[in-house]
Amino acid sequence: MDGPPHTTPDGRTIGDVVMEMRNITLRFGGVTAIKDISFDIREGEIRAIIGPNGAGKSSMLNVINGFYHPQEGEIWFRGQRRKPMKPHEIAHQGIARTFQNIALFRGMSVLDNIMTGRFTRMRAPWWQQAVWAGPAEREEVANREVVERIIDFLEIQAIRKTPVSRLPYGLQKRVELGRALAAEPKLLLLDEPMAGMNVEEKEDMSRFILDVNDEFGTTIALIEHDMGVVMDISDRVVVMDYGAKIGDGAPEEVRANPAVIDAYLGVAHD
Amino acid sequence: MTDDIASSKDGRRALPADRNTFPKLLAHNIARHGDRPAYREKEYGIWQSWTWAQAGADIHAFAKGLIGLGLAPGDYVAIIGRNRPAFYQAMVAIQCAGAVPVPVYQDAVAEEMAYVLDHCGARFVIAEDQEQVDKVLEIQDRLPGLEQIVYLDARGLRKYDHTHLHKHEEVMAAGRASDNDTDLERRQAALGPDSTCVMLYTSGTTGRPKGVVLSNANIIMTARNSAEFDALGPGDSVLAYLPMAWVGDFIFSMGQAYWAGFCVACPESHMTMQHDLREIGPSYFFAPPRFFEGLLTNVMIRMEDAGRVKKWLFDRFMKLAKRVGPAMLDGHRVGAGDRLAYRLGEALVYGPLKNTLGLSRVRVGYTAGEAIGPEIFEFYRGLGINLKQLYGQTEASVFITQQHDGEVRADTVGTPSPGVELRIDDSGEVFYRSPGVFVEYFKNPDSTAGTKDDSGWVATGDAGFIEPDTGHLRIIDRAKDVGKMADERMFAPKYVENKLKFYPNILEAVVFGAGRQMCCAFLNIDLTAVGNWAERNNIAYASYQELAAHPRVFEMFQAHVEEVNASVAQDEMLAGCQIHRFVILHKQLDADDGELTRTQKVRRRIIEEKYADIIAALYDGSQQVSTETEVTYEDGRKGTIKATLEIRDAKVAGAENRMAAE
Repeated sequence: MDGPPHTTPDGRTIGDVVMEMRNITLRFGGVTAIKDISFDIREGEIRAIIGPNGAGKSSMLNVINGFYHPQEGEIWFRGQRRKPMKPHEIAHQGIARTFQNIALFRGMSVLDNIMTGRFTRMRAPWWQQAVWAGPAEREEVANREVVERIIDFLEIQAIRKTPVSRLPYGLQKRVELGRALAAEPKLLLLDEPMAGMNVEEKEDMSRFILDVNDEFGTTIALIEHDMGVVMDISDRVVVMDYGAKIGDGAPEEVRANPAVIDAYLGVAHD
Repeated sequence: MTDDIASSKDGRRALPADRNTFPKLLAHNIARHGDRPAYREKEYGIWQSWTWAQAGADIHAFAKGLIGLGLAPGDYVAIIGRNRPAFYQAMVAIQCAGAVPVPVYQDAVAEEMAYVLDHCGARFVIAEDQEQVDKVLEIQDRLPGLEQIVYLDARGLRKYDHTHLHKHEEVMAAGRASDNDTDLERRQAALGPDSTCVMLYTSGTTGRPKGVVLSNANIIMTARNSAEFDALGPGDSVLAYLPMAWVGDFIFSMGQAYWAGFCVACPESHMTMQHDLREIGPSYFFAPPRFFEGLLTNVMIRMEDAGRVKKWLFDRFMKLAKRVGPAMLDGHRVGAGDRLAYRLGEALVYGPLKNTLGLSRVRVGYTAGEAIGPEIFEFYRGLGINLKQLYGQTEASVFITQQHDGEVRADTVGTPSPGVELRIDDSGEVFYRSPGVFVEYFKNPDSTAGTKDDSGWVATGDAGFIEPDTGHLRIIDRAKDVGKMADERMFAPKYVENKLKFYPNILEAVVFGAGRQMCCAFLNIDLTAVGNWAERNNIAYASYQELAAHPRVFEMFQAHVEEVNASVAQDEMLAGCQIHRFVILHKQLDADDGELTRTQKVRRRIIEEKYADIIAALYDGSQQVSTETEVTYEDGRKGTIKATLEIRDAKVAGAENRMAAE
């Protein structure tokens, strides 16, 4: 999997490294959440970060999207070292994310929630938007079209006008994915996209993740603790345990890695 | 309609030479109302429309594209997908190219599809999306004749091998750029009223599906007769949401739409149908009884949750609607006070309700396929919706009998449609002869001969009789299902099943009893209705199976069964069909498991085989039975459900009360 840009057996193109973590260490007071971790994410791939509860996966994702600033180490994004940034600055760089515990506007409709994902794409000044005139109107129409394509893509036409709070969990997760997609991200971060889902919902979500990657060429980094799903859909997997990296590679390599088996199953291997 | 149009002879008059094929009807519509909408489809949240002129241009471009790919006259082209303008246009494009469209049920699993595609020898398949393309690719090694696949929705298909796979838009673009117009015109000119218009596979309650070959004359004459019967014109509109492989959709959305020149609207997805129905507000609407039952159940459930004032208004005005609504619709005289009150009801209740249901503008509504409960029928008619019944078959291009405005009843299916002759043979089976009678079953002369005689009379397979005073046809049951019980009493399962299914809580019922001492039944709960009842009564359940086995559900169902028994006992001829014992099944009968046809009709023989253990328990007096059932998931995988089912005895009315196996 490593090495120069190449094409996968199923016809997708994996490009150069877009993001690189170099020797990241993150501490909260006396607790070290991430210990000296390095890995990279390549353009067009689905990169998973797995590990048992408390391994530091979510912290890692928060480092990637710039919410946490590591005490040590460097983050390189598109060939440049990234300085500490505010979340909205990160969003403008083309990184979007979903949350482990759904963070939608519960009283708003599905459509409006996904529209909020277009925020970074809106240029018209607030006073024009308030009266919905001139460029603001054209912009809104264009944004709505993008959003409608996402609604079509995620097959949620039937709930377009439904308030999010009335939807079952699996659908809320899908709406959250839609909102992240609305920003047309280069890099999409998914924090436990299948947590709490039943098998059918997991299958649907896996399909959508693969389709997003295939259809829009979006690079995806996801955190998940359901090993089965991750192994099926990822190109490369980083395995974390107690804040340290214990494995990194293609799913089949990782699965055969004794340290990973130990961390996950807690039993001795032959 | 006036009598002369309804007369049989008029329905058999020949078609005008410039309107006897679909390509000609298309040309006619482009010339006559080229600027009027022909198709609408909601996409990306907005209704997109095609005028007849635009649709015509797309159809001809696609036809030329298909010719460019090697489509030859006489080829069969399978169409797999939900109702979309592109598919309707593709069917006409296929006809323009001299080939025959074969719409296939899109929810069929790959195995079922393999049979149909192989039987018709389809050289081309037009599929909607990746799901359908995958199914076809899965079975392609069993389809030696298959050459090209065209798909509509590219999602997920980009990386597939495109040697034999083509994008719909690209085929159309290639056709637009090509110069085979003369070839296209030559092929269109070669078509006539006797050339095959479409081939439709009947789902068949028994055995393999049969390919029903229907000619242009079959479809277009039937469409003309039925359009004239209800005065359908270019101003009408329909919502196409029923399976394209079903003959009814072909008649409504193709035949009548092309004859009358009205607009066909397609929903955004099958999930949004109800919403799209409301936005389109069709003037002409068809739905199976199940749809109307489901809608009524929903209304009732929502009224249970409504405020006191609303509930009171609703109850009061619905009582009035039931009493005077149908009479007003039939044009009978109604007192001035009632008329005034009804008008108030229209403003307060009926109008808003019809608007919510999307039925405000329905001028002609039909239901068919199964019997409809009289209460359900009266509910819609009471609201002022002109809901009527028809009786039809694929082999008849749908219409055999239908109800005239002003002669609408819940218990009959109407008088013979224009151009149709009807007769009942000695055994009680209904026969008909009409311009819509099919040409043949494809590659199946034995079945053709067994169904249609030399003079064109077709056996319906249904038992029924014509009411002497009114001339209305009444259907009792499938002829082969009507049997005798062990003591020679008449057994008509459907009659009893329909009575059971009129209860909103009962989704499906299957009654056994042929050749036996007594009748027993399988029942399916209606999850929406029973689930809502459970919620209102604080009954917790974790699964369908658990709710179906709940003791209070049993009590409720027992009451339903006993009421039905009392009503069946009224009819001397059928009093033997009362239900002595019943069981509530642990799973819903499903077409994916082969228990229902794709049009949701019960397949008795398969159910009898599959649930032989439960049937045995019904008749040997056991109080419960343990069973294991195989189920098929939507993706074709199989699993099993285990359950222990309780069997209940029901009170039977009348003297002939036999206790079970004692």
